[in-house]
Amino acid sequence: MSPQEILERLTANFPDSAFGIEAKLDAPVDPWIKVSPQHIIGIAQFLRDDDELQFDFLSSLSGVDLKGKLSVIYHLSSLVKKHKITIRVEVPTEAPEVQSVESIWKTANWHEREAFDLFGIRFTGHPDLRRILLPYDWEGYPLRKDYQVPEFYNGMRVPY
Amino acid sequence: MSEIITTPATSSTGRTLRTEEMILNMGPQHPATHGVLRLELVVDGEIVVDVIPHIGYLHRCFEKHCEHMTNYQQVIPYTDRMDYVASMTNEFGYVVAAERLLKIQVPERVEYIRVIMAELQRIASHLIAIGTYGIDIGAFTPFLYCFRDREKILDLFEMTCGARLLYNYMWVGGLSHDIPPDFIPKAKEFCAYFKPNIKELNDLLTYNEIFVKRTANVGVLPADVAINYGCSGPMLRGSGVDWDLRRDDPYSVYHKFEWDVCVGKGEMGTVGDCWDRHIVRAREMEQSVRIIEQALAQIPEGDVHAAIPKRIRPNPGEVYARIESPRGELGYYIVSDGSATPYRIKARSPAFSNLSVINEISKGAMIADMVAIAGSIDIVLGEVDR
Repeated sequence: MSPQEILERLTANFPDSAFGIEAKLDAPVDPWIKVSPQHIIGIAQFLRDDDELQFDFLSSLSGVDLKGKLSVIYHLSSLVKKHKITIRVEVPTEAPEVQSVESIWKTANWHEREAFDLFGIRFTGHPDLRRILLPYDWEGYPLRKDYQVPEFYNGMRVPY
Repeated sequence: MSEIITTPATSSTGRTLRTEEMILNMGPQHPATHGVLRLELVVDGEIVVDVIPHIGYLHRCFEKHCEHMTNYQQVIPYTDRMDYVASMTNEFGYVVAAERLLKIQVPERVEYIRVIMAELQRIASHLIAIGTYGIDIGAFTPFLYCFRDREKILDLFEMTCGARLLYNYMWVGGLSHDIPPDFIPKAKEFCAYFKPNIKELNDLLTYNEIFVKRTANVGVLPADVAINYGCSGPMLRGSGVDWDLRRDDPYSVYHKFEWDVCVGKGEMGTVGDCWDRHIVRAREMEQSVRIIEQALAQIPEGDVHAAIPKRIRPNPGEVYARIESPRGELGYYIVSDGSATPYRIKARSPAFSNLSVINEISKGAMIADMVAIAGSIDIVLGEVDR
């Protein structure tokens, strides 16, 4: 299916404006569909289970700091239908809460932990949301654009 | 080895002994974790109840470093250091993503050389995977055979770009050097030399009865679980899923060659066991040789640099490009804000997702089988932790 058809299928099933479906299919390189962070889990369930979409494979889940907003990007593909799409949600930096899609795709478990670790995005409903790459007692979220490297970590000087 | 003991331990008087769960740390320094990985095993006697992986010991802030580059080309040496046994494919993924972002076409000769390098790298990487897996299981000799052959591939890389491990060879828009004139005959020579060695390796290791007993029916990963956990590469194909990005989401010039995707069929035990993952790697090496031979025969003449500006400034936008690395789906998500510095680069490393399934496939296994299971995933911690 083309991104246009995927978008039509999605809007047909989630017509309410509360789902916040917006798309940029003429984006410079990859087309994307934006949805509301409060409804991502229902939409994800539909994307995976619908017979025509069958997005069974979550390739990647990335956080991005858009200065003032934090964004989560889901790159989905279907091994059966061989199509792919990018889904994104945006949340304000002050209250970065997104529904976890861990129950839909287990890939999200570690990827959401990584986004939490590096961006401080809170995934509600995640069973085990703790840091994954950084030490468990690290402070701050390093990939945020306003991040300041701490001078000391546990009494040790951080080299730079 | 693989049968689960269910009868409770009894004392000499016939009384049932009480067993308590115990926590056992495997790693961070352990020969079977192939790097610095800590597996926290919750064990009931000899049986593994739970596995909690702790990663991040090799975290070097790859993504943070990228945001401080002054040029897109400067990222390439960092990608080399992620999956340090398959640097060529790491570069390949990055340049494919950057070129799609820039919307440039590279000369055909470049694409052919990239494919040849990537497939040679796949063989080299699988040789390490198979050799070290043999050591994990207790077979030392195949390791030496594997490293002898890998050395010949590294020699080919060395004569091309001077480096044996971290190449910085593929650049956005081309290559750092053209291949030297005697590369093609030497590479052909290698293919002819290597083909019989795969059979030798299989006789020595793959069909060895001890090896089969240690790996068949161990760590079975069903296809639906593999897909749900985002496993890719030999991990996914070992579970019988016919999926290879070189064929299913084509990039570069892979569509010009004839080759087969190898999947696990459960020949020695169950589909998706450790032996299946091993045999997929062994058979993929044969297919890589096929691709290299075709590419060497068809390689066109030409320049190895596309016409791109010295200072690359892609238009604002974002791209997710993925390639089939020896370990699976290697994806780069690049966001550009129009400046010469990448706004955000995320590397989706295959070993990261492949490792996350370890708890699922090792529940109920023996502690000794943990080594076989962890080895069959073929992780490179440089890539897991980035």
